[in-house]
Amino acid sequence: MSIQTEPTSAPSPAGPPRPDDVPQPTLGASARAYLTRVRGGDVGALPAVAGLIVLVIVFSALRPSTFTNAFNFANLIQQGAPIIVIAMGLVFVLLLGEIDLSAGVAAGTSAAVMGVFLTNHGVNWLISTVICLLTGAVIGFLIGLLVARLGIPSFVVTLAWFLGLQGVTLVIIGEGGTIAFRDKTILALMNSNMPVWLGWVLWVVLMGGYAALTLRRSSSRAKAGLTHDPMALAAFKIGALAVITGAAVAYLSKERSPGTISIKGVPIEVSILVALLIGLTFLLTRTAWGRHVYAVGGNAEAARRAGINVPAVRLVCFVICSTLAAVAGILFASYDNSVSPTTGGSQTLLYAVGAAVIGGTSLFGGKGRIVDAVIGGFVIAIIANGMALLNQPSGRVYMVTGLVLLIAASVDAISRRRATATGRA
Amino acid sequence: MSTTTSHATQSRLGGDAPLLQLRGITKSFGAVSVLRGVDLEVRAGRVTALVGDNGAGKSTLIKGIAGIHQFDSGEYFFDGSPVHVAGPKDSAALGIEIVYQDLALCDNLDVVHNLYLGRELRKGGLLDEDTMETKARETLDGLSVRTLTSVRTHVASLSGGQRQTVAIARAVLWNSRVVVLDEPTAALGVAQTEQVLLLVRRLADRGLAVVLISHNLNDVFEVADDIAVLYLGELVAQVEVKDVTNSHVVELITTGSSSGGHGIQSSDAHPVRPTDKDAS
Repeated sequence: MSIQTEPTSAPSPAGPPRPDDVPQPTLGASARAYLTRVRGGDVGALPAVAGLIVLVIVFSALRPSTFTNAFNFANLIQQGAPIIVIAMGLVFVLLLGEIDLSAGVAAGTSAAVMGVFLTNHGVNWLISTVICLLTGAVIGFLIGLLVARLGIPSFVVTLAWFLGLQGVTLVIIGEGGTIAFRDKTILALMNSNMPVWLGWVLWVVLMGGYAALTLRRSSSRAKAGLTHDPMALAAFKIGALAVITGAAVAYLSKERSPGTISIKGVPIEVSILVALLIGLTFLLTRTAWGRHVYAVGGNAEAARRAGINVPAVRLVCFVICSTLAAVAGILFASYDNSVSPTTGGSQTLLYAVGAAVIGGTSLFGGKGRIVDAVIGGFVIAIIANGMALLNQPSGRVYMVTGLVLLIAASVDAISRRRATATGRA
Repeated sequence: MSTTTSHATQSRLGGDAPLLQLRGITKSFGAVSVLRGVDLEVRAGRVTALVGDNGAGKSTLIKGIAGIHQFDSGEYFFDGSPVHVAGPKDSAALGIEIVYQDLALCDNLDVVHNLYLGRELRKGGLLDEDTMETKARETLDGLSVRTLTSVRTHVASLSGGQRQTVAIARAVLWNSRVVVLDEPTAALGVAQTEQVLLLVRRLADRGLAVVLISHNLNDVFEVADDIAVLYLGELVAQVEVKDVTNSHVVELITTGSSSGGHGIQSSDAHPVRPTDKDAS
């Protein structure tokens, strides 16, 4: 089941809407319109959702006890969370048709800077967190300046930063060293759970909010004499989302400790993911600035002529990307209880780019959503997690993950060609 | 004016004062003199076709009108008063909109988003999608555009004529008074050309001043009221369509002068310019 957060209404197959007499699309017509879109190359997150289902079935069949238990499910979220956060940032850069190869190591560098203040100087966690985020923002600002103002291809700029930031982290931490994280608040982010009741309260609030927003949107569109989704479709979307997320909350609320200490409740990092998902989706789909990001990615010249400050939009996207990488750096440090020179290195960036692209964000720019990073991130996390449970050597995990990224990029390219052919780019 | 206006044989057209008037416009790029004393009048409610061979200076002229280039010398009047247009923002503030040949639409956005690109309506800081969609629909209906079934269609899936329609609709959405169309029918088929020309006609009928740049004289004769001919940087004639024939215009475009056509004469033979009081 796809998590439908489609911001705009499906193109109505019914006739031209007139304020006086608006023919509203029926449920069947909406379904047909969706099928036409998919066939026309606008597949969205469909391949990722299908892949997610296939992967879950395969690994559940091969490792029925270890893969599907609640402990592993929570583990999966933990492993996926930093990747998903980096991927959310990459969505902004990918929407422009650019790339940030330094996002992974930017997470490591930001976390290392944070570690210096938090552990070595005993600065309070809140201030350290702000410093960490600022480090990310400054990195993004410098990358953005080089790309947007100087016009260097982002591939080259961020490749240089990829190397350079690894060096910065090494200098900060020292060869072979680590900075331990001992602050309880920061460690709780990736290692603690909400009380069971709080998980349910949040679920009720979020689902209620989603339902209220969806219904209010339908009614305000109806009042304005515009086409809107049939009520049955809206109800189906709300219901499906509520069932899926409700099942996840219920599963996480079960006792999942193999030992004597009780472990249950929704992991804290889920609240960070949900807050980012809602906040960033809102930014991209409901604000003029978000619209400008899509415009720059679709046709930068058109955006420029429309009076949009294209370099400023580019710059801010790179700042957002690196700042979110810093958030991921905090999650990495919290998960490992420390920062090392390899934090955010090796396959991190590849996983994050893979997550965004697998989720349906185009490498060609102009197409993508924040939720893509979440769906794609879970695909990546399940592959890594499931193959580890199958005791596969890491060499094979890399090969499979690389293959999945290639498949996702191929789907992106093919659907783009199809979209061009059928005029739905 | 100290510029070389002596060659201009402009026909004075009757009727109202021009909405947009250029006098003695010159523009050089380095040693290349592109515009050499152009006088142009654009009237509200009329389609003024701007024709000329490649390199005659049409693009430079409209870029100057839009404020993208600065004219070296000459006078720019809008609504009877002299104005200084230093950039695209200035021309937009006057109500001058240019629809360039490449349309500049974002394929990945829908019609409403494209119409309001860069000038989105907001309510409480957020996009006001409902109002934008309603107004987009009204604008298209006002132009009698029936070819677009849904304003939420992505521009990528539109035909060439529909895309041109969207680009033109974007130009008139902002209470603009002068719309400059750069070769709007260049890439279109017969039926779509017809639709766009009808739309151009409707714009003028609604009281807008329309400048139509075209290489296709059939289109010009079908839709234009006035024809302004540029030849090597000089405006060699501005005449009413009814006063000339196709072959006269071709001759003007290719040689800069015409042997026939009673509408094309030296400007000395014509009455006082209606807006001479504006020139100081």
